[in-house]
Amino acid sequence: MELSLATRTVGEHTVLEVGGEVDVYTAPRLRERLLELIDAGARHVVVDLGRVDFLDSTGLGVLVGALKRLRTADGTFALVCDKEPLLKIFRITALDQVFPLHSTVEAATGAGA
Amino acid sequence: MATVRLSFSPAPVHVRTARLVGVAVARRAGVREDLLDEVRLAIGEACTRAVALHRQYGLADPVLVEMSDAGVYAVRVVDRAPIEAGIGLAALDADQLANESLNEDDLTTGVGFALLAGFVEDLQVRPVEDGIGTEVRMVWPVNR
Repeated sequence: MELSLATRTVGEHTVLEVGGEVDVYTAPRLRERLLELIDAGARHVVVDLGRVDFLDSTGLGVLVGALKRLRTADGTFALVCDKEPLLKIFRITALDQVFPLHSTVEAATGAGA
Repeated sequence: MATVRLSFSPAPVHVRTARLVGVAVARRAGVREDLLDEVRLAIGEACTRAVALHRQYGLADPVLVEMSDAGVYAVRVVDRAPIEAGIGLAALDADQLANESLNEDDLTTGVGFALLAGFVEDLQVRPVEDGIGTEVRMVWPVNR
């Protein structure tokens, strides 16, 4: 399934809803969108992975890149994910210790993530 | 003897095709349904790694994927990059992952290896027997 990207605003948070497959072919589009959002002034970004059905190391690299960029800019970055296969990927790579991970968008935006 | 052999030019767009074929052959070979997500991810990571190496070294040679189901489901992903580039990968820990100075390519490589090592119990990365390159060999049990 192709990558889908949709942006909405929840309070001071910019929520990027990602769907489909994030891999070595599609990850550059995700990187581009995140950079556009940050360049446009977004400082509290939440990426909702709820409709992602495949995520590989390239996609994870893009997410880490966005996290670092926002930290440098005194911003915040959080992920929404409640799918066990994806959560397992975060655990195996130790990235669950790097990203704030929430099970819902409400939790991610309400927690001041 | 390989039952299915696929070779593709080293472009990211073809990695998805390799994943789809790899999972289809795994299902046909009798790999348990609950392992298929891991098979898909591991084949994708091995092919992504091979494509990245070919692009890094400017190699137009195809990446080879061989799938065989003689007793187990064995997948070989073969690249043609210099051996020193392919061997000696290491997984990164959480501190290294969060390190500001680590660039995205190195991070992706480390994460990719962590996924391979984490999802494939029977994993070997070794030089190919013929010519230049490395092969990533992954084996999963089949129910027969």
